[in-house]
Amino acid sequence: MPAITNNGIETWRLRTSKEQWIRWVCWLIGLAVIMYAWQMISEKTVWFFVTDAPSQAADIGSRMVPPKWSYMDKLWKPVWDTINIATIGTIIAMAIAVPVAFATARNTTPNIVVRTIGLFIIVSSRSVNSLIWALILVFILGPGVLAGTIAIGLRSIGFCAKLIYESIEEIDHTQVEAIEATGASGPQKMIFGILPQVLPTIAGVGIYRWDINIRESTILGLVGAGGIGLQLNGSLNTLAWTQVSLILIVILVTVFISEWVSAKVRGAII
Amino acid sequence: MANSLETGTYPSSWKKAPFIKNSLVRWLIIVGGAIYLAAALGTMNIDLERVKEGLPRAQRFLDSFFPPNFSDNRGVLWEGIAESIWMAIISTVAGIALSVPIGLGAARNLAPAWVYLFCRGIIAASRTFPEIILAIFAVKLFGFGPFAGFVALSLGTIGFYAKLLAEDIENSSASQAEAVKATGANWFQWINYSIQPQVMPRMIGLSIYRLDINFRESAVVGIVGGGGIGATLNTSFSRYEFDTAAAILIIIILIVMSMEYTSSFFRKWVQ
Repeated sequence: MPAITNNGIETWRLRTSKEQWIRWVCWLIGLAVIMYAWQMISEKTVWFFVTDAPSQAADIGSRMVPPKWSYMDKLWKPVWDTINIATIGTIIAMAIAVPVAFATARNTTPNIVVRTIGLFIIVSSRSVNSLIWALILVFILGPGVLAGTIAIGLRSIGFCAKLIYESIEEIDHTQVEAIEATGASGPQKMIFGILPQVLPTIAGVGIYRWDINIRESTILGLVGAGGIGLQLNGSLNTLAWTQVSLILIVILVTVFISEWVSAKVRGAII
Repeated sequence: MANSLETGTYPSSWKKAPFIKNSLVRWLIIVGGAIYLAAALGTMNIDLERVKEGLPRAQRFLDSFFPPNFSDNRGVLWEGIAESIWMAIISTVAGIALSVPIGLGAARNLAPAWVYLFCRGIIAASRTFPEIILAIFAVKLFGFGPFAGFVALSLGTIGFYAKLLAEDIENSSASQAEAVKATGANWFQWINYSIQPQVMPRMIGLSIYRLDINFRESAVVGIVGGGGIGATLNTSFSRYEFDTAAAILIIIILIVMSMEYTSSFFRKWVQ
């Protein structure tokens, strides 16, 4: 028990002196890094603009109310597009993610080479943001919904495959053994032994990712990949603040509804 | 089964049980899904001509990606990376500092109802809007540069961190909190000695995870003017310097991969 002796009386304390010193040094290093980071950022900041921000905020805020409700007529189609980008993107992602997950999971992978390739697909899809995918795809496929859909699909593969392969690795092995004992072939073992165990996870992950994708697809329009972001970008560029506030409200409502639907469906599945 | 017992014959074939048991619901989902897909694909107006035109361009595009140009002609590549890293660090710290009071307020077992609703409102608002939209407004308010990105990422961190902190506090064991309260501790002592030790290990892990997310996001807030490597990436795209863009993408992937590796290692070590 660490204790400190003060005037001959032993008092309890949480840590030994050595631990105390290590913590102190760690805090010092951490604080130094934070201070340095802050200095680097503040060097590149024009402080006049920052101190000016409250009046700017008040100005923009006053221009944003009331939202231009009549603009809603032109928003139904972009909202529909946004939902389609998310939904079809998720379907594309799941169609690729499930085989990738089976190829990557330790207990179903054919060999180590395939597993490494699978892991590489997962990591590279996860580390590039959907907006960057969209930026690249708009160059190739032209602006529009298609580029957005594929960007969402590519981005979601890693996330879905990672969660699915983790659940494949955690399956109950006795069921697979039971199927194997009936003389089932490899694919039969997969379909009757493993798949039923991970199907709820697959459905749950798909719904969960769909919910995230709705949120992500609202911004893809900023680089020209379709959806409501296109309108948002246009309204921002023409300083039509009343339209901007309406679009933000629409995004808020869409996200809330999708979150509610996703929570309900996942609750029903799991 | 009862049927086969009555007739004395056993079924000779077996059918896999369907995933959705209620057959009406199952068919409704299948038909509804098919109608939706037809409608969605019908309105997508995919311009196949444009795609056909784009594919050779894609070839040229990919060719110009290779070999990636790490030589950094304009001297902005490493500066952008460094800016992104500093931005990620400082916005994680600021975001967590803001999240702690909000997270405490959003835990139902600590806060009165009106504080709870207020803090939950902040969390919901921050979670709804992607960091990019926050960044657009931050750029409008604070001008171009990393400060806007810092503000956007800090606000984005609140929605993530405060929510998980609040949930962790709600799930923490009430008996420990009661025991500390019984010693006559005041509110701060109560939080510090009963709640904090319970949630700390998970929260340290989450803050590292959030640092990871913030670095990734810092690569895109630059597209709307929020500084960092995203700004460099966007510039290199609009200048058609695709080899530099490829180099930037590779560097981002490598940094994210190494961060993911260290963060999972660190989280295991903490827990």
